[in-house]
Amino acid sequence: MKRILLVEDSATTRALIRAIIDELGEFEVVEASTGFEALKILPSQECGLIITDINMPDINGLELISFVRNNEKYNELPIIIVSTERSEEDRRRGMALGATAYLAKPFTSSELQEIIKNTVHL
Amino acid sequence: MKSSRKEFIAEAEELIEEAQRLILEIQDSASTGFNPDTINALFRTMHTLKGISGLFGLAGITSISHSLETLMDDARLGKIGVSPAVVSFLFKNVDILKGMVEDIGRGDEEGDVAGVIKDIEAFRESQKVGAGNISKNALIDESILKVLSEYEEHRLDSNLKEGRGIYLAKAVFPLEVFDKLLEELTEVIKSKGELISTLPTSTDVPDGYIGFNLMFGSKSGNEEIRKGVDFEIETVVAPRTGQPSVAAGEPQKQLDVHLKSATSTVRVDIDKLDRILNTVGELTLAKGAVRRIGVELAEKHGQNSLAYDIHKISQTMERRLAELQDQVLEIRMVPIGQIFARLAQVVRRYSKEIGKEIELVMYGEETELDKYLAEEVVDPLMHLVRNAMDHGIEFPEERRRKGKKETGTVILKAYQKGNHVMIELRDDGAGIDVDRVRRKAVEKGLLDEREEINESKVIDFIFVPGFSTKDEVSEVSGRGVGMDVVKEKLLALGGYAEVETSRDAGTAFMLTLPITLAIIKALVVRVGGARFAVPLTSMSETMTVEHRDLQAVEGKEVYYLRGDMLPIIRVGRFFGLASDDSDRSFAVVIGFGERRVGILVDELYGQQEIVIKSLGDYLKKLRGFAGAAEIGKHDVILVLDIESLIDESVIKQKGGVHV
Repeated sequence: MKRILLVEDSATTRALIRAIIDELGEFEVVEASTGFEALKILPSQECGLIITDINMPDINGLELISFVRNNEKYNELPIIIVSTERSEEDRRRGMALGATAYLAKPFTSSELQEIIKNTVHL
Repeated sequence: MKSSRKEFIAEAEELIEEAQRLILEIQDSASTGFNPDTINALFRTMHTLKGISGLFGLAGITSISHSLETLMDDARLGKIGVSPAVVSFLFKNVDILKGMVEDIGRGDEEGDVAGVIKDIEAFRESQKVGAGNISKNALIDESILKVLSEYEEHRLDSNLKEGRGIYLAKAVFPLEVFDKLLEELTEVIKSKGELISTLPTSTDVPDGYIGFNLMFGSKSGNEEIRKGVDFEIETVVAPRTGQPSVAAGEPQKQLDVHLKSATSTVRVDIDKLDRILNTVGELTLAKGAVRRIGVELAEKHGQNSLAYDIHKISQTMERRLAELQDQVLEIRMVPIGQIFARLAQVVRRYSKEIGKEIELVMYGEETELDKYLAEEVVDPLMHLVRNAMDHGIEFPEERRRKGKKETGTVILKAYQKGNHVMIELRDDGAGIDVDRVRRKAVEKGLLDEREEINESKVIDFIFVPGFSTKDEVSEVSGRGVGMDVVKEKLLALGGYAEVETSRDAGTAFMLTLPITLAIIKALVVRVGGARFAVPLTSMSETMTVEHRDLQAVEGKEVYYLRGDMLPIIRVGRFFGLASDDSDRSFAVVIGFGERRVGILVDELYGQQEIVIKSLGDYLKKLRGFAGAAEIGKHDVILVLDIESLIDESVIKQKGGVHV
């Protein structure tokens, strides 16, 4: 079972995304409420996909993506940005840094499931 | 409709008042750099006003607040600079809004606002930061720029625009504990400027470690920024020197009109803050308990999600509690200038009374320390100041004879040194008559006539209760408070005093005080069957010591630490406890400079935050303990009183005396 690292500071959004992923029945979800937590989880638990928010209190999602992409251990990891930030600029930057996909909130559960499936089965 | 219109008026007036307050705040911070949150808040008041006036079909107010909202949005995103001109423009237009709301309140109709709107639009255009914007792409590395979120980029832009320096701090931390260390580093950076971004990196970082590049903006220059930091800082853009010019005239006039709401400070009884701090202390203990439960749970039932959740929540609590604690402690800080001012009054009054000309010079009045400590240190300082005036500074004719300036000088100086505040009191008077102190000590039976002791030890006698070298008690300093009381007081506050004196050149008292009281970090150690807490602030390092490496000097045990003699106290022997039967011990180095000793203990347990509780009157006389502290599971341990331990057995190699 593939493991998904979910990085998101809002507990409500985390619970929501987890529920959507659980519906797929194919993935185990590890939650990180901050970018720092994600940095700690990465080396200790092997993940197959990262889903991350952009605006978070400690490091932002872009910084997380940059870290992952510049680290040879994780640089192949697919990353989906899920952000309320409808800023075109942030999306552009995320993709430029090597994010695999971008999903703007609010989204439907099928949209997220679709994007996860496409990303993982690339 | 009538009554809800009344509610509209009330809310609109509130919003306008709030807007005026915020504009003032922006104006007040013009020289120091405004807070981006204030701009954001002002943007929101206009946004809300636009919303509610729209509901009532008040087209005029709606369009003015809309235009101002747009103006603030530009300011918020750094598209226009916040200059004094913008501030007075905002004042003017908020006044117009205020007048319109008042008109509506009287039942009048809105007037034509087209002119006002045109003004605002024209003004907004005129303020736009054009092509003159600093091109940061040329200055800052692409790898940093591309990870900034839009907001972070605006912050970077505005730091550049205000001429602040842009710095890049680089640090590498062990992966398991990086968040704690990074948080500390972040605090240091925030004290120097504004943290813009935190970029984790694994480039050139060993396994099990993680690196961070922290970009921050600060007004301070190269040297200042590196003061007191032990991590690498790269200067990306040096700060512009010189202050931005502020046209003081016009906004100042506006200020008078709006003075009523200008203050944003609240006076709070220190007792209330004490209670908050106590509660924080108790919470810290509760947090420790939560963490322990998590660990026990994991031990008993293995790592499961419940244990993980508890672990996570205790981590969050730890971070937040540390923040809360810092914030409360910060509220309690007052500049020492408040105390100095009182001392200055005493100097003015008494110098006239006793017929001496004395000039008081003060430095470092802005140095901050805990309000409680500041109040408690007044009396000892007052005593020392009076002493200096009475016994230190000579009468004018005597000074003339000695070839000194007739006017004596007393210097009060405060500065921060690590977790301590140093207060120095220097006079250029006669200095302490060491021979006389020595004779007096012999007279009082404190010292054998033939005993050879160095001068700093002789001078220490002035701190002995009932010791006075003046034969007659003077009016100024002879009021029952002796030097012994000064010393006692400082010890009680967790500080200590050192003396330097030189014949005819003067005397200096150096007081060292902790910056704050209450919650402290401590190292828990074990000696035999007992545990003790050693306050971290007084500790510099720990090591293992082989007993055969200890040597005897003047009948006391010492250890040569990197070539310097370190007096040793065996805590077990000191308190009459049975220590482990071993050839080696752990040594904890406590105290600073000449007052440094190593205390030997059997085991080190680790760091912990403790709340020191007093031992109560009954046990107060016990030597060697500063109080008691609870460490989890209702365990109470004693906190070692470092200063009394040091006093007990310090061997001064070099005297603090220069004659």
